[in-house]
Amino acid sequence: MRHSLAIVGLGMMVAALQMPLTAQADPVDDALVIDDIEMVTRTKAPEGHPLDEVRSGWLYREAETRELEADSFQNPGMLYVEQGADIWNRVEGPEGKSCASCHNDAAETMKGVGANYPKWDADAKRPINIELQVDKCRVENMGLEAYKFDAAEQKALTTYIKNQSLGEPVKLDLSQGELQSWWDQGKELYYTRTGQLNFACASCHEANSGQYIRADHLSQGQANGFPVYRLKQADMVSLHNRFRGCIRDTRAETPKAFSDELMALEVYVTWRGTGLSVETPSVRQ
Amino acid sequence: MIKVTRLLCAAFVMHAGAAFADETAPDKVMFEDFAVQASLSGQAGDPTEGAKVFKDRGLGNCLACHENAGMKGDLFHGTVGPAVDGVAERWEPAQLRAIVSDAKQVFGEETVMPGFYSLKVGKNVAKDLVGKTILSAQQVEDVVAYLATLKE
Repeated sequence: MRHSLAIVGLGMMVAALQMPLTAQADPVDDALVIDDIEMVTRTKAPEGHPLDEVRSGWLYREAETRELEADSFQNPGMLYVEQGADIWNRVEGPEGKSCASCHNDAAETMKGVGANYPKWDADAKRPINIELQVDKCRVENMGLEAYKFDAAEQKALTTYIKNQSLGEPVKLDLSQGELQSWWDQGKELYYTRTGQLNFACASCHEANSGQYIRADHLSQGQANGFPVYRLKQADMVSLHNRFRGCIRDTRAETPKAFSDELMALEVYVTWRGTGLSVETPSVRQ
Repeated sequence: MIKVTRLLCAAFVMHAGAAFADETAPDKVMFEDFAVQASLSGQAGDPTEGAKVFKDRGLGNCLACHENAGMKGDLFHGTVGPAVDGVAERWEPAQLRAIVSDAKQVFGEETVMPGFYSLKVGKNVAKDLVGKTILSAQQVEDVVAYLATLKE
């Protein structure tokens, strides 16, 4: 045999270290300023984080895509923010209330709120995200039904609420209730390989962020820009929609939106972006 | 016509879960010294078919992760794995067969490369894919035959 075991050994070492033999395309070194607010797109990772630096997915996108997000007049996601504002102020349901009836001006009352979700829901004894918090209000206070997952209004309202925290750093309080144990479950899932292709979240977004899968420049898979305006779909895409899309792409059965698994994953993945600015609505490819 | 017959046979095997007399079942592939000596299908591979499997996004989709100077006409080569240029200078066909069939047997559990002829897969495999391999035995042979042509 021509090839010695030493070569096989070298191959193993290369794979183990995840060192590509080809050049890695680094994320850009550029500043993101939206409406005169400078976004934190790179920051030191929190304690216990596997990476040294957390980075916004914005740094991994093409120049045109980055510019689209930086200009609020061009960002297609801002149309959904406007729709969300209309829904916020619209009276709906038997109680004759709008969101604004109780929460007044979202620019004041919702500022910073989206940066701290998911939170612990003591009633449901599980984490609650913005979508589920809206549903809780609709059912308990407005006499309405919960939104169907990914209903256009759900996405618009979530986008609007998150947008009130534009520029605020993501920060979760894991000491609330049992949030820490959900973080633990989320971490477990992040590293669990699924599907026929046998990929975990970490396979692409930790071990290979910065590399390309075909035309897709792999980011760290951060949640700080969700819901995002995704050019591929020409629509707003919710975090749980993207979770499901990624899991489906591993050729696995997909968990339901807002299921225990995906809520745990939302807690953990959001934490991985601690310190990044909320960028909603971000623009991605 | 021969090619069509072979494709039909491969399709039959995948759906029926039965095996050709000469075909090795995914759980019976013999890895020895990071190599698999025998053809998985019992047949020789066809490098022309292998090139198609290599780039087809629904089959091998190898280009998603590996650059290939021989396929410059196709846009967007991935960089997750090493480039395959000159791969035949670095590995014997039997080693390439092992890597394509189940890379974890060669590089260890940490590699992200899927096992294209392996049933050792991730959790919650999509219902319609349970018990199925990504590629058929013959498709692996075709890819191996193609890779064996990549000399610098």
